[in-house]
Amino acid sequence: MSVAAPPRPADARDATMLAQISNAVPPIVLAVERTRDEVPTVWIARENLHGAMARLRQPEADLRMLFDLTAIDERQRTHRADQPPSAFTLVYHLLSFAGPGDELRLKVPLGADSPHAPTISDLWPNANWYEREVWDLFGIVFDGHPFLRRILTPPTWTGHPLRKDHYARATEMPPYSLTEDQEFAEQEALRFDPAQWGMKRHSAHSDFMFLNLGPNHPSVHGVFRIVLQLDGERIVDAVPDIGFHHRGAEKMGERQSWHSFIPYTDRVDYLGGVMNNFPYVMAVEKLAGISVPDRAQMIRVMLAELFRIASHLVFYGTMTQDVGQLSPVFYMFSDRERVFEIIEAICGFRMHPAWFRIGGVAMDLPRGWDGLVRAFLDYLPRRLDEYDKMVMRNGIFRARTRGVGAYTVREAVEWGVTGPGLRACGLEWDYRRQAPYACYDQLEFDIPTAANGDCHDRVVVHIAEIRQSLRIIRQCVDNMPAGPIKADHPLTTPPPRARTMHDIETLIHHFLNVSWGPVIPAGEARACVEATKGLNSYHLVSDGGTMSYRTRIRTPSFPHLQMIPLISRGTMIADLIAIIGSIDFVMADVDR
Amino acid sequence: MTPPPLVVIAATLVVLLGLATMLTWVERRLLGLWQDRYGPNRVGPGGLFQAVADGIKILFKQDWIPPFADRPVFVLAPAIGMMTVLLAFGVIPVTALWSIAGDLNVGLLFVFATMGLGVYSVVLAGWASNSKYALLGGMRAAAQMISYEVFMGLSTLGVVMTTGSFSLRDIVQAQAGLWFVIPQCLGFVVFLMAGIAETHRLPFDLPEGENELGAGFHTEYSGMKFGMFFLSEYAGIVLVSALVTTLYLGGWQGPVLPPALWFAAKTGALVCLFILLRAALPRPRYDQLMALGWKILLPLSLLNIVATGAVLLLRAPG
Repeated sequence: MSVAAPPRPADARDATMLAQISNAVPPIVLAVERTRDEVPTVWIARENLHGAMARLRQPEADLRMLFDLTAIDERQRTHRADQPPSAFTLVYHLLSFAGPGDELRLKVPLGADSPHAPTISDLWPNANWYEREVWDLFGIVFDGHPFLRRILTPPTWTGHPLRKDHYARATEMPPYSLTEDQEFAEQEALRFDPAQWGMKRHSAHSDFMFLNLGPNHPSVHGVFRIVLQLDGERIVDAVPDIGFHHRGAEKMGERQSWHSFIPYTDRVDYLGGVMNNFPYVMAVEKLAGISVPDRAQMIRVMLAELFRIASHLVFYGTMTQDVGQLSPVFYMFSDRERVFEIIEAICGFRMHPAWFRIGGVAMDLPRGWDGLVRAFLDYLPRRLDEYDKMVMRNGIFRARTRGVGAYTVREAVEWGVTGPGLRACGLEWDYRRQAPYACYDQLEFDIPTAANGDCHDRVVVHIAEIRQSLRIIRQCVDNMPAGPIKADHPLTTPPPRARTMHDIETLIHHFLNVSWGPVIPAGEARACVEATKGLNSYHLVSDGGTMSYRTRIRTPSFPHLQMIPLISRGTMIADLIAIIGSIDFVMADVDR
Repeated sequence: MTPPPLVVIAATLVVLLGLATMLTWVERRLLGLWQDRYGPNRVGPGGLFQAVADGIKILFKQDWIPPFADRPVFVLAPAIGMMTVLLAFGVIPVTALWSIAGDLNVGLLFVFATMGLGVYSVVLAGWASNSKYALLGGMRAAAQMISYEVFMGLSTLGVVMTTGSFSLRDIVQAQAGLWFVIPQCLGFVVFLMAGIAETHRLPFDLPEGENELGAGFHTEYSGMKFGMFFLSEYAGIVLVSALVTTLYLGGWQGPVLPPALWFAAKTGALVCLFILLRAALPRPRYDQLMALGWKILLPLSLLNIVATGAVLLLRAPG
């Protein structure tokens, strides 16, 4: 039934990376795993984890970021070639900004009973939230972690949802009811206790005020809570609290067929639309060994860039609104409406088209699509010029954003910042250029950067990216290749049916792939894209079934929010609002 | 024959409150126009009755006082706000012969006195709500309004020195040849900015600052008590516009048209300016607002006084 994909050949870059880690820590490599993606994967023992990480973290190791940290519950997995035995596996994903896409994956095997591992939050500050997430969802304890509490589920939750023995659907549970006492207890559990966080209630001169900003507040862009420790209006410290938007997208991935999970991805970064389908279908295609035809690649890129523009326009409008300017948001939303007109004409949906398919896209472009797109390409630059006058050259706007919420490249890398927030500090680094996917290697575009890494520069980079996206889209329109829009491969969805009525073999394949969904060959693959807000990656584990065994969604907004206390200490409440606006996040992208 | 005082008071209330209510509709329509959208256009011709519908809705809302609030002060605060604004209207000369409470020889001082009392409304509301957002809004309001009153007072001194009187009618009459906006341009600019701050409108709406403080000092208010704050803000806009007209734009004076119409036209244009500012500008930060006041507006208004004094002395006979 399953179609074997050829194992990926090792290339020279992998060899040097592997040599590097082997030289650094020669005796500790337990195994080298061959995954179906391009990331070298090494297994090391728990005892050696902290030491190996410390070496990789060394400053001379060229800006290495803890890109992702997650876990896999291996207890029900059957296909585990070239992997050491483990009940739980910790997965550390490192990304170096020194060269083109230098990435490294470290895996640590853990036992079934009370799994634990040393914390690395002393090495990478952004490990703090990732380790809390892994503890919350898998029950893996990180020894020495400063504050190991639940982060995505409520404090009153029992169990660890991403374990395989945890229920996955509400229908597996008795009906839920909330009594008044329970409601009171839930609310009490959310009350902020400064002592828990080691915060003082007063200084020598004044009492601090603890202000609960959110989860319902006009400027936190969704259900996001920040507790502020205030001295007057000055922020002494801040504690971001997330999880109010947690819907268990990763768990859903384990209960949906490979195909029917596509619409769920749309809703992760809900401003990104098909940009979310992109890394997911690319990861599935890597697992299945499907290569996507040129026309489908170009259509994908064009739609992804249209969504980047739509998302950046929302960012621009809400950012200006956050500093008190009422009108621009209306102009930018009506421009976004024009993007949606094109998207609707092509996909039939506006915000969540779920339009990419495994192996291609859902349909060919409609007649007259190029006219629509060209009209928009001519329309938007003039509007952007006007907005420059209205917003970027406004003295009050500049006074509110310059020098506010600044961080350096080094801080950005330490905290896992990617996307426009990273480029605003001056690092010219874009995944589309560093590790080109789809057809980005054939397209010309610049990587906009700025110098100061403050709120103002983040806006500047976003605007410049809109213009670059327009440039990319114009090249797509001018050079759209002819040809099929889906790969000729039995595992594409919906499967090819041109010959179903001619031979029985194709009919059987079609019947099974439509009723069960495709059976994707066992293995692991991860795909990453430069999404609207930073790097978005899907790490998929297939156990040779009709559903994913583990779906890991690494979203950019998660680490970005963790950084808020660092860049908002000592500023005023109004600055914090500007900082939040300039980060460009949506809560679904944080909590998943 | 002058009508009995009670009739005058009642008529004033009805007209001014009606005006403030209609202004909510005007503002929403104008903002809609400038922001590429419609604004309320369904109730009545052009949406004109939207304000009435809103008024009815807000009157029939549950009159809720938060259990943690300081009850008497909580109720008193919006009333103070409304009262002080309405009082100040008493001395504004609509025409040479007509102002509601007659011509007061300290008219300008009376206006400042009532506007000064208006701060209490905001501060008490912020304090009595017993909520952190309201408190922060109240604190901002106290600092902002008290400081901007200083420049507001100082900026008008040039006008008073030139006229030689605090009576608003005398001030208008002194502008028969040339409106004060020309010789007193510095004072005009400072007064206009202070006036915006005084009515806490964008860009100086920090006491409310919805993006930061939810709704600032009136976060906990709902129903008609919120409505009172809302209406007194709009009445405040009309008041400041009327004051600018009186002090700098020659009041009722103008060719051809009847004086009352001139007064209304000038005031109306200024009200539109207020709304346009709201549509156009972002909001400065709290410390930037205070710095602007004390480091720029204060020296400017003092400079204006010195310059006016020097010119008056040079021109003085003998």
